[in-house]
Amino acid sequence: MAVTRFCVRTYEQDLRIFPSLAARISLIIFGLVLLGLPFFVGKYVVFVACVCGVSVISALGLNILTGYTGLISLGHAAFMGIGAYTAAILSSKAGFPFVAALPLAGLMAAAIGAVVGVPTLRLKGLYLVVTTLAFQFITEHVIYHWESLTLSDRGIILPSPALLGYKLDTYESFYYVILFFAVAAAMFTKNLAMSRTGRAFVAVRDRDIAAEIIGIHLAKYKILAFVISSFIAGLAGALYAYLMGLIGPDHFTFNQSILYIAMIIVGGLGTVFGSVIGAVFMVLLPEVISAVTGPIASAYPTFSPRVGAISVIVYGLVIIGFLLFEPDGLFGIWIKIKRYWKPWPFTY
Amino acid sequence: MGLLDIKDISLAFGGIQALDRVSLSVEPGELYAIIGPNGAGKTSILNCISGFYTPDSGTILFEGRGFSKERPDQIAKLGIARTFQNVELFSHMNVIDNMLLGRHHHYKSGFFKNAVLGYRAEEENRHRLKVEEVIDFLEMEQWRKHLVGSLPYGVQKRVELGRALAQEPKLLLLDEPMAGMNQEETEDIARFVLDVHEELETTIVMIEHDMDVVMDISERVCVLDFGKKIAEGSPREVQKDSEVQKAYLGEDYETVMRGAGNP
Repeated sequence: MAVTRFCVRTYEQDLRIFPSLAARISLIIFGLVLLGLPFFVGKYVVFVACVCGVSVISALGLNILTGYTGLISLGHAAFMGIGAYTAAILSSKAGFPFVAALPLAGLMAAAIGAVVGVPTLRLKGLYLVVTTLAFQFITEHVIYHWESLTLSDRGIILPSPALLGYKLDTYESFYYVILFFAVAAAMFTKNLAMSRTGRAFVAVRDRDIAAEIIGIHLAKYKILAFVISSFIAGLAGALYAYLMGLIGPDHFTFNQSILYIAMIIVGGLGTVFGSVIGAVFMVLLPEVISAVTGPIASAYPTFSPRVGAISVIVYGLVIIGFLLFEPDGLFGIWIKIKRYWKPWPFTY
Repeated sequence: MGLLDIKDISLAFGGIQALDRVSLSVEPGELYAIIGPNGAGKTSILNCISGFYTPDSGTILFEGRGFSKERPDQIAKLGIARTFQNVELFSHMNVIDNMLLGRHHHYKSGFFKNAVLGYRAEEENRHRLKVEEVIDFLEMEQWRKHLVGSLPYGVQKRVELGRALAQEPKLLLLDEPMAGMNQEETEDIARFVLDVHEELETTIVMIEHDMDVVMDISERVCVLDFGKKIAEGSPREVQKDSEVQKAYLGEDYETVMRGAGNP
């Protein structure tokens, strides 16, 4: 008789990242679709996919800090900005190659993340939120006013990246670089979450007194969460900078930080799946809105000035809707669907 | 020389003297109970041992080694585990993960081995086995994968005990393990505490208000009142102590005792 139901027999099986065959097969199919994407769709779709990828990486970083460790940060875009500007300055002024500028961007953001993490040892909850908010505005201010280094609002033009002698000057070629890093970041986060370190993060989030009493060094893990999160953000920022080819201060504003928080809330706090799907959802949402409102605006020209406002309203409604009706985000919806279909075709 | 030697520790919060030159010594393998009326300073002693409070004066020696400024996590690594009066669990995790967290300082691999070089299934397996042993020991197989927040209070208390046991402590501090439980749950926990004491030979220091349990299972009892140690000895000795009777029953304790049929 064929085994129809997935059944765990050993601890190894129980500890697998993708325990069921169905999950592995669908993952392979999904991977093939992603690999083949640039061959089937137009340039603009590939560009949007690249932006999705960068957002996925960044959202994963924020989820490690906010979702897993419970340290709410409103300065995530600032860390991305630091990474982006590090990469931009290093490659345009010092002529660093892509492979060197990218990790350095991550390290720079991580170093600053470690410093920003220090107040978390004393501050909790709202006070920490305000601290990261201050960091966001300080970074924005520095980027805007340190003109000799950042060229302020004129922005920095980056040379097109090259890897092993190949020029990655098209969106299609850079898409694969971003895909690689997005997959690597997702695997890294999943590994981390399932390991001792990830469990310690969640312990710090859920109950720090109990975490301390069972031997978790609070200071170490809080700072570590900041360092990892900002390293990933820095990396994402650098990739974003290379993708755009031109970066300015308005790419890494407070609004962007809110957008990343929205991504992980909509996707699902403290889950890898949630970070991925939330990031994709929030990037595609304005595309969908403009696809819908575009024809309306062209049919009724008097309406067109208000189209921009509609997207902001929809954004807000989506966040409120999720907080009210599905606090576990899209991940929660996915779990509910899975649970519903599990005993199929029986009722229970 | 005991496993745990507390010498003359004092602790004051503002004007309140929580502990006043308290000394006690716990022998290896002993089941030691600390009792006393509310606010006597029982939990303060545990908090001093586990590093949440630093005593104003006096010393605490564990296995002959003194500690003063160690953080709670460092003290946990020395082999001291504890449970709390109000359950302190990670309610968004299941029972297994809660107990695996108790294994935290037994893990060898750090962040890089875990996340960068790949997930260490071998080590995870080893600790999972240990956790399953604890789960079997406490007879909680049926709740293995339940979220802790959804479990009834009595079971949560047991999970907390399990998490402390997963640490494989040399000294186990239990802060009111039977608080808020019905008769049946109290008996269950008392049996587990005895099992831990006899089968695992763990030294236990227990705070408890349920006098029946304390007098039944503990080997030595220390009585605190207003931060001072007023008596110490076997349960029988302590029950007879007039200071203890006064602390529990009031100045007119003799009348009360007579009324209860104990001349």
